[in-house]
Amino acid sequence: MMYSQKVMDHFMNPRNIGEIKMADGIGEVGNPVCGDIMHIEIKVEDNIIQDVKFKTFGCAAAIATSSMVTEMVKGRTLEEAERITNRTVAEALDGLPPVKMHCSNLAADALHEAIKDYMKRQQA
Amino acid sequence: MKTIYMDHSATTPVDPRVFDAIIPYYNDVFGNASSVHTPGQKARQAVEDARDKVAALIKATPQEIIFTGGGTEADNQALIGYMQANAHRGKHIITSAIEHHAVLDTCEYLHKQGYDLTVLPVNPLGVVEPQVLKDAMREDTVLVSIMHANNEIGTIEPIKELAAVAHEGGAVFHTDAVQSFGKLDINVREMGIDMLSASAHKLYGPKGIGCLYVNKKIRLAKLLHGGAQERNRRAGTENVPAIVGFGVAAELAGENRLESQARLSELGVRLQNGILERVPHSRLTGHPTLRLPGSVSVCFEFVEGESVLLMLDSYGIAASSGSACTSGSLDPSHVLLAIGLPHVIAHGSLRLTLGHSNTEEDVEYVLDIIPKVVKSLRKMSPLYKDAGGVA
Ligand code: FES
Repeated sequence: MMYSQKVMDHFMNPRNIGEIKMADGIGEVGNPVCGDIMHIEIKVEDNIIQDVKFKTFGCAAAIATSSMVTEMVKGRTLEEAERITNRTVAEALDGLPPVKMHCSNLAADALHEAIKDYMKRQQA
Repeated sequence: MKTIYMDHSATTPVDPRVFDAIIPYYNDVFGNASSVHTPGQKARQAVEDARDKVAALIKATPQEIIFTGGGTEADNQALIGYMQANAHRGKHIITSAIEHHAVLDTCEYLHKQGYDLTVLPVNPLGVVEPQVLKDAMREDTVLVSIMHANNEIGTIEPIKELAAVAHEGGAVFHTDAVQSFGKLDINVREMGIDMLSASAHKLYGPKGIGCLYVNKKIRLAKLLHGGAQERNRRAGTENVPAIVGFGVAAELAGENRLESQARLSELGVRLQNGILERVPHSRLTGHPTLRLPGSVSVCFEFVEGESVLLMLDSYGIAASSGSACTSGSLDPSHVLLAIGLPHVIAHGSLRLTLGHSNTEEDVEYVLDIIPKVVKSLRKMSPLYKDAGGVA
């Protein structure tokens, strides 16, 4: 199994690790396939994701996709962020080995959960 | 950057002396060992010399050694060959939950063919307890296969006791000694081993060559058909260069065994203790003392093994892991689950297996890097904070 250079770069130098003080939305998902966990927090202002942080317990692909997804949504509108799928994340990383495609679901799912959480809080 | 190879249980480099011994058999002495002419007979002589050396290492007679295309074939040959030739005696096979897949999958295959199978549990240290085997023995048990030393957690099994239990119940005893061959003292007669599998590439020999020791009173069915090689037990033109290499590797292993194992054992203990001291929330897997010399296996909580491996690799350190994410099948190691580790702990498994090339400096370097790697991964781990760790 070989990772692309982009995957290795995001794995070795992950962007946006950590948590946000007073996050507006939090998403956490577990990977039913191998048991990994991904946690994403977002800060939203005027419908735009101003800040985003992640924490991931998982393989290099899981960490790299988390890092990539945070980079892809920062500064984007919620609608744009909602359109991100595991496939677009994987593509942005120049692809993932087939056995690792499921890891990218984690990143997209955690992001969507965080957005959902934000929406729910807005309604409340 | 220098590579620090600490994955000797996966494979070893070919010893230069083995390498030199092999080369002439690719061109100068290229004959078919079954041919009557002089080039053929020279090859035959080389094969038989190698057989003597391999047999001597485990105190077997040369006639009891069948060269195979590696440890996997030896395991298949032993289990399938024995059951096919002895099905009239009984249909029950016993093995353990921590066997290499070459044994486990072969047993599963036999099970599907209509044989009965019992897979024994191990205790938390990875030991197959003789009493557990005793309780599992049945009237129709004909074959017991328990590995000598485990490849993932290093635990050494009480082979002599287990073989005695098998014999008491009228079964023959096979052991997969791929990890221990040439490293631990093996005397097949004293230990009561009826069949034993070994592989050359774990002891500085070439890949693709191994052997099955079969006590001469045992009959096996052939796995490969198409020639009378290996006393009509394994068809196919002998891989003379590889066999020669296996012979030299076995000889060298025998000569240096005590010295090299003492050294590896000391380095291994230093590495093991160093890791456990310097990395909080880490634990040893396998038996604390009855383990393969130089084999270190640990689990780090809150991190995943593949990430650890790739980060170590970026520092030039080559190791392995039983984590689900590294497995291809995405299942965690069956060995780590069998010793009772929860999935989430097995996730953080790391195995470092030392060999000839490793020095004290290597161990110090690795001890310096591992805590850093684990720390940086924990910083990214959502589980670490929950456990009260400071990110
Ligand atoms: S997170 Fe387990 S394989 Fe990627």
